[in-house]
Amino acid sequence: MVSTAINPTSLRQPNLLTIYAKEAKYELLKVLRSPMYSVSTVVFPLMFYILFGLVMGKQTIGTISSTLYLIPAYGTFGVMGASLFGTAATLASDRGLGWLQVKRASPMPPFAYFFAKVVMSVIFSTADVLLLLLLGVLFGGVHLHAATATKLVLTLVAGSLPFSAMGLAIGYFAGPTSAPAVINIFYLPMSFCSGLWMPFQYLPKFVQHVAVFLPPFHLSQLALSVVGAGRGEPNLGHWQALAGFSMLCLGIALWGHKRDQKSNG
Amino acid sequence: MASAHVLPIKGRPAAAPQPVARLENVSKNYGLVRALQDFNFDVRAGELVALLGPNGAGKTTAIRLLLGLAMPTTGKVSVFGANPSNVTTHMRVGAMLQVGRVPETLRVREHVDLFSSYYPNPLRIAETLAIAGIEDLRDRKFGVLSGGQKQRVLFALAICGNPDLLFLDEPTVGLDVEARHLLWDEIRKLLARGKTVVLTTHYLEEADSLADRIGVINKGSIIAEGTPAQIKSLTAGKKIRCITQLSLDVCRSLPDVVKVHRDRDAVVIHTSQAEEVLRRLLSLDLELSGIEVTSAGLEDAFLALTRDDKV
Repeated sequence: MVSTAINPTSLRQPNLLTIYAKEAKYELLKVLRSPMYSVSTVVFPLMFYILFGLVMGKQTIGTISSTLYLIPAYGTFGVMGASLFGTAATLASDRGLGWLQVKRASPMPPFAYFFAKVVMSVIFSTADVLLLLLLGVLFGGVHLHAATATKLVLTLVAGSLPFSAMGLAIGYFAGPTSAPAVINIFYLPMSFCSGLWMPFQYLPKFVQHVAVFLPPFHLSQLALSVVGAGRGEPNLGHWQALAGFSMLCLGIALWGHKRDQKSNG
Repeated sequence: MASAHVLPIKGRPAAAPQPVARLENVSKNYGLVRALQDFNFDVRAGELVALLGPNGAGKTTAIRLLLGLAMPTTGKVSVFGANPSNVTTHMRVGAMLQVGRVPETLRVREHVDLFSSYYPNPLRIAETLAIAGIEDLRDRKFGVLSGGQKQRVLFALAICGNPDLLFLDEPTVGLDVEARHLLWDEIRKLLARGKTVVLTTHYLEEADSLADRIGVINKGSIIAEGTPAQIKSLTAGKKIRCITQLSLDVCRSLPDVVKVHRDRDAVVIHTSQAEEVLRRLLSLDLELSGIEVTSAGLEDAFLALTRDDKV
């Protein structure tokens, strides 16, 4: 038969833009429909903000109010959670349960798969940060110029990239059922030690020494500096730390990817 | 070592058309486990070829190599003359794999829509759903479907790109008889449209009923290859069951006996020369009783071929 000849009659390419858009759309739909994910990554940071920011009453941390201070802090916490769970948990389950194999057997451009996960992380991170800001402005007496607020949102959302990279690294090594636990093992201690739950200066000295090695510390410092609560260090160092961390994580993810192909493939 | 009897196939066309997929001297190890060994297999255009074998024989490994999901340890795998892991190769290939779980919160139509977008000339979504018989499930979420319905959705994802070559790994596992026959009909229709299909199965009836050609796999090697009729004729054509005083060894020494085993109080003899064996049996044992002669089905052929694997 002609259709199974060695040389295909046409080599028309499918539309890459369409594939990327659909992949991202369905990744988002998939996650929106599983409340486990949306609740834990969006609701927890907001709940913390309400409890420790709004309910506890206005205090002063350094030179700014606690309701303002906690936006960059819980913003970092939310972005980190959305990005880690959005990539690591879904990747580990796709890998472990065979779905990634089906995708790999199809002509899906491999990058579309990762692109979709990062887009989803960015969208959830943005929602997280915007809701925190909204709470702060409406109920926490926070006043920010539009330009400052925009810069704050962009800074925090940019942070979903290093944490998506970290999520990929975890997703390639964690099993489908253990992934959420593994994520939390990194997520919660890192958040604490980076000063996301209580202001950095109140942390024990040795924790402060550890924090400089932790990516959420660097992201939160960048975000705090936008609202004038940074420690006065140059931002470049923080960006470099996050970039280096991203590279490291992508390297680990790539290693995991190769390892996967070798062992089950 | 498995004393695999590699059986020559008679009557194979001398000038076979160029294969659309080929495994050449392929070995595949997973750590210390040898999944395939000196594996040679061609898939020809427009045929349905079934890879038949017990669990763990290497069927799925062969499919994974042909899909580029795994690399051979040694040897060469090609599909449409190219590397099977190329995206351009995948554009002409559809695959139905055994999957643990599919994202359950997406609807059937959404899954098909996404997979269709990967291919250059996909079928219309409605057409895909119709072929797979899942039009009425289009708006259902994958997670609420029954096992058989899920299989049909996976089948839809395999065919939605209108591929020239289809790999179906145990496609009818978990289907009831009716659903299985429906899927067979759809597979036959694909063949009628000139598609090439490679399917693995441990349902012997499935291979017999669908395949133009069967490759029997055991312990990572092809131990027999041919049409269903040839596979059947490769082993003893008949089974003689009788109650006899003769020892198994004596029965084994009769002409053209392939296999002898005891079944409760009777002895079962597989042979291609039933009449001759019966004559000898009757002359050797005057008290021979309870004679039954039946034709060995594909199932028997298959068991006979793969029996040697007990270590």
